[in-house]
Amino acid sequence: MITYTLPNEKGHFGIFGGRLVPETLMKAVLELEQAYDNAKKDASFQAEIDRLLKEYVGRETPLYFAENLSRHAGGANIYLKREDLNHTGAHKINNAIGQALLAVRMGKKKIVAETGAGQHGVATATVCALLNLECIIFMGEEDIKRQALNVFRMELLGAKVVSVTSGSATLKDAVNEALRYWVANVDDTHYLLGSVMGPHPFPTMVRDFQSVIGKETKEQFKLRNSSLPDAVVACIGGGSNAMGIFYPFIEDEEVSLYGIEAAGQGVDTEYHAASLTKGKPGVLHGALMYLLQNDDGQIQEAHSISAGLDYPGVGPEHSHLKEVGRAKYFSITDEEALEAFQLLSKLEGIIPALESAHAIAFAVKLASEMKESQNIVVCLSGRGDKDVETVKARLKGGEGK
Amino acid sequence: MNRFEQSFKLLNEYNGKAFVPYMMAGDGGLECLVERLVLLEKFGAAAIEVGVPFSDPVADGPTIQSAGIRALKNKTTLKGIITELAKAREVVTIPIIMMTYLNPIYAYGIDAFAQDIQTVGVDGCIIPDLPLEEEDIIAPQLADAQVELIRLVTPASPLERITEIAGRGKGFLYAVTVKGITGTRNLFDNDLNEFLKAVKKLSPIPVLAGFGISNEEQIKELTKNCDGVVVGSKIVELFDRNNLHEMEKLMAVFKQGVKIV
Ligand SMILES: Cc1ncc(COP(=O)(O)O)c(C=O)c1O
Repeated sequence: MITYTLPNEKGHFGIFGGRLVPETLMKAVLELEQAYDNAKKDASFQAEIDRLLKEYVGRETPLYFAENLSRHAGGANIYLKREDLNHTGAHKINNAIGQALLAVRMGKKKIVAETGAGQHGVATATVCALLNLECIIFMGEEDIKRQALNVFRMELLGAKVVSVTSGSATLKDAVNEALRYWVANVDDTHYLLGSVMGPHPFPTMVRDFQSVIGKETKEQFKLRNSSLPDAVVACIGGGSNAMGIFYPFIEDEEVSLYGIEAAGQGVDTEYHAASLTKGKPGVLHGALMYLLQNDDGQIQEAHSISAGLDYPGVGPEHSHLKEVGRAKYFSITDEEALEAFQLLSKLEGIIPALESAHAIAFAVKLASEMKESQNIVVCLSGRGDKDVETVKARLKGGEGK
Repeated sequence: MNRFEQSFKLLNEYNGKAFVPYMMAGDGGLECLVERLVLLEKFGAAAIEVGVPFSDPVADGPTIQSAGIRALKNKTTLKGIITELAKAREVVTIPIIMMTYLNPIYAYGIDAFAQDIQTVGVDGCIIPDLPLEEEDIIAPQLADAQVELIRLVTPASPLERITEIAGRGKGFLYAVTVKGITGTRNLFDNDLNEFLKAVKKLSPIPVLAGFGISNEEQIKELTKNCDGVVVGSKIVELFDRNNLHEMEKLMAVFKQGVKIV
């Protein structure tokens, strides 16, 4: 057992993290930290989160023993933590509920958020509808084209979706625009960031709201097996579902933690999103973290078949866990993810999100190298309905195998 | 006496006010950087901010974002800019201030950056995504190199914070005149004047107002309560449109007895 107390009071995880934002945002960032610290001490705040997670989101989510998949892998037992069964179909809502309740507590009337594929946007728009908050979602022009259905969903839920045309017109630019909007509207607006990134306290706060995944997993696994799993596997976009399932296990050194990035067309091509594997530490969106960048410090575009992993950075806490070796990070290509997507559908009757399929693909490999007495838990971060069209185009269009 | 003190001493012929233009290095090609700096000094700049392009400029509005994209398309690098600034230093006498986001510096190497800009004669550095709390990442290196870190205060900064920030600085204090990004305006004149008055009172060093300042009337109004202005988006736009006459006219705003028509 080790002890783990990060971040420090400045929001640093080792050298990573911090509050590297313009002075105009410092007041808002400090206020948010204060408000979050107060809310954490207030039992009624946590009780309200718990109530909504239970009655509205449908928690707790099952821990499912995937017997067919395990047999196929031929080695360790694979368990799936079913975040795909949450309302709106992914883990994103755990964080959206926590932050939106905090915004209400802070007296904010408006929520601004970024989205890539639209999953975080949909979760945010959903919670805003529930809590009667005005909702503005920034989304890259490219992503709006690719995810028309999610745009319509957000609009149905009452959100205003703003097309971002600056920079590369994708997720990182949507974050830039959301930050710019927040800078100009800090008085009445909360920025509901969707992953464990951005300036302190976001990485910590999002981790805490998502750590319900790991807490439940630990209890469920103990109840069933009277032990801890040998390994926990999760996909990494910004890193929120992974941090959520890792965090309650960090001090249990005997549990190996594996974060899986998107290798896109391969980490030796220009088309991947493997920030920890191929990137370097740098500063973007308010934090020091691993980034895909050129030698001159210009941020590069990320590429992955799964829009939710298509971000050129990985949150500061993962950057630190990599640095100290507590978690290990690997990557899975588009092709491998597509195969895992079909495999899980056929073997278990569960269509996973393409993001989660990256974790499944790695877990199958890992299981085959482990003993039959050992156990792996995979965070199945979301369901695949949103990806069915993409996958169909790839498979029937002749590009995939 | 460093170049800042010298430059601000010579302001008498400008009614004691400083006009500091901002330009994006590499916009229009890096080869014209020196020429443009010389021109800005000739037009009466008290100091010049040289912007370093960055792929993700969160503090900037559309005009400076576009200039940055053009500069990056021209393959502008921080290294290239520093090389050009060495040449500029031979012909430009006023302070040169680099304005850059943190990541290009981080990628360059913080120690190397501080040493290299000192060597070429850069006087100051503005880093818009470096608040007080995070200064340790680079402030000691800049101090060793005797490069001034120019700090920003904004209408969202509480008074105690403004006092703390102003007290740390040399050179000048940059008072941001909007709650927002460059090139925008969203405060009523009255609130702005009260803000500038408060900053001026708290600051032991000259206070320059910046962000969203684009015309003579604004400049005259704002400088009733501060020591000068930084003009960015407007200068970038005028360089882009190659309207040097309008630039000269705008920059003559503080000159006594000079009328450019
Ligand atoms: C289902 C699913 N999993 C994973 C992610 C990646 O985000 P994170 O790494 O923050 O969990 C996303 C993001 O959109 C997602 O929708």
